[in-house]
Amino acid sequence: MTSKDTPVLAVRELQISFSMYRKGLRKESLRVIRSLSLDVRKGEIVAVVGSSGAGKSLLAHAVLGILPSNAVTEGEILYKGETLTPALQRKYRGTEIALIPQSVDYLDPLMRVGKQAACAGGGPEAQRAARAAFARYGLEPRVERLFPFQLSGGMARRVLIVTAVVARPALIIADEPTPGLGAEAATETLRHFRQLADGGAAVLLITHDIDLALHVADRIAVFYAGTTAEIAPAEDFKRGRDALRHPYSKAFLDALPQNAFKPIAGAQPYAGRPPQACLFADRCPERTNACAGAVAMRALRGGEVRCIHAT
Amino acid sequence: MRLEAKQLSFRYAKGEPPILEDVDLRVGAGERVALVGPSGCGKSTLARILSGYLEPSAGKVLWNGNILPKKGFCPVQLIGQHPELSVNPRHRMSKILCEAYTPDADMIAAMGIESAWLSRRPGELSGGELQRFCIARALAPQTKFLVCDEISTMLDVITQAQIWELLLRATERRGLGLLVITHNRALAGRVCERVVSLPEINCAL
Repeated sequence: MTSKDTPVLAVRELQISFSMYRKGLRKESLRVIRSLSLDVRKGEIVAVVGSSGAGKSLLAHAVLGILPSNAVTEGEILYKGETLTPALQRKYRGTEIALIPQSVDYLDPLMRVGKQAACAGGGPEAQRAARAAFARYGLEPRVERLFPFQLSGGMARRVLIVTAVVARPALIIADEPTPGLGAEAATETLRHFRQLADGGAAVLLITHDIDLALHVADRIAVFYAGTTAEIAPAEDFKRGRDALRHPYSKAFLDALPQNAFKPIAGAQPYAGRPPQACLFADRCPERTNACAGAVAMRALRGGEVRCIHAT
Repeated sequence: MRLEAKQLSFRYAKGEPPILEDVDLRVGAGERVALVGPSGCGKSTLARILSGYLEPSAGKVLWNGNILPKKGFCPVQLIGQHPELSVNPRHRMSKILCEAYTPDADMIAAMGIESAWLSRRPGELSGGELQRFCIARALAPQTKFLVCDEISTMLDVITQAQIWELLLRATERRGLGLLVITHNRALAGRVCERVVSLPEINCAL
């Protein structure tokens, strides 16, 4: 049963922990994502930005069911209202749900890239689609005959994108699709995502390039230390730091090279020893004693924020 | 303390068109230069030639007027675009960090490297976390010049600003030269004194 309002992807209270061996056979559980909730609707691009190591890629891998075997997930992931079980993940990934992986070493090193792209759909139809997609991304026909090691970083990135979009998936999860691409190629890639979204696909765009993302995204989710700090309309990011809600989002904008290029001190808390309180508190300029309590996500000015001081 | 490329040409295979042809580039002592250009124009190839990983097909790389040394520690160090590909996946991070020298605690703290990461293997860290190790590893005392090939695109903007702040401080204190490959014009303007467009100096294009 899917109605018009059912999100294509709904993540509810997701938690991911890794069990790791310490000394000898002693096992320890390391929680890397906690209480993460996020929706992506049909025709929508939701950009996910945030600190590296905040769990952005893990979210992508959890949706596709390709986390390493020592990962334990709790909470729920729904695809078109249906709980994503491992069997469904196997059925949908590559066709209904496509991943554009973060690292170019996801390409098969022993297969010519043209064949890899065509594999995604299967059949001569896919081959034609792949060829058209290669052209669209400015890859010459001779590139199809090359192996991944013969490509530049930006070319390999474009091959990954082609491979994902060839099967016309309903949900695209793009994990850092633009690094290594020139400004024009990056803009073209994002414009294509916008077209795919306008054509009915849902896009989860994980990126550091917030500057590019806010021109195509509908909403932006800011991740910090394994949870969402803020979810806001992209408009608010364009209007600048004062329109944002969470102090981390504001610090994020301040650190951009085109803005102040001024980093805040410190690093995000290490997953193994999470503070009970607000995870951002030790770097926050607005911290008070009240921040030591539990902080839940709450609605504010058309967005959501996990901060008790935000107004 | 200057790095020069003299009439460099390079082709990946015989019979293929060259990717670099007659490239001349000179970066002086303590100078910070950005190298820009569209993807596939040979930026990373040039970076790998300048740091001694690839032999040019023609032309030469000069360090202080002499040919770049082939043995011993290379004064020109490369920090790569894909940190996950520039570390040994079977080593623990503590071993990777100390491949060239043993960084002191200040350096480790300044890079934002958590002590708990040291006992992990590369597959258990994020791209941004790995890149901090690669940068710390390249900043050995013998290093005189850094070639930075898109080193911060996989970092979040706060970490990017932190790492550049640290790198710039280290290069200034030690008088290191810097060649920065980036697609981010705003970043190039922030960290470099001069911008060189590779298509303009590369006769292959």
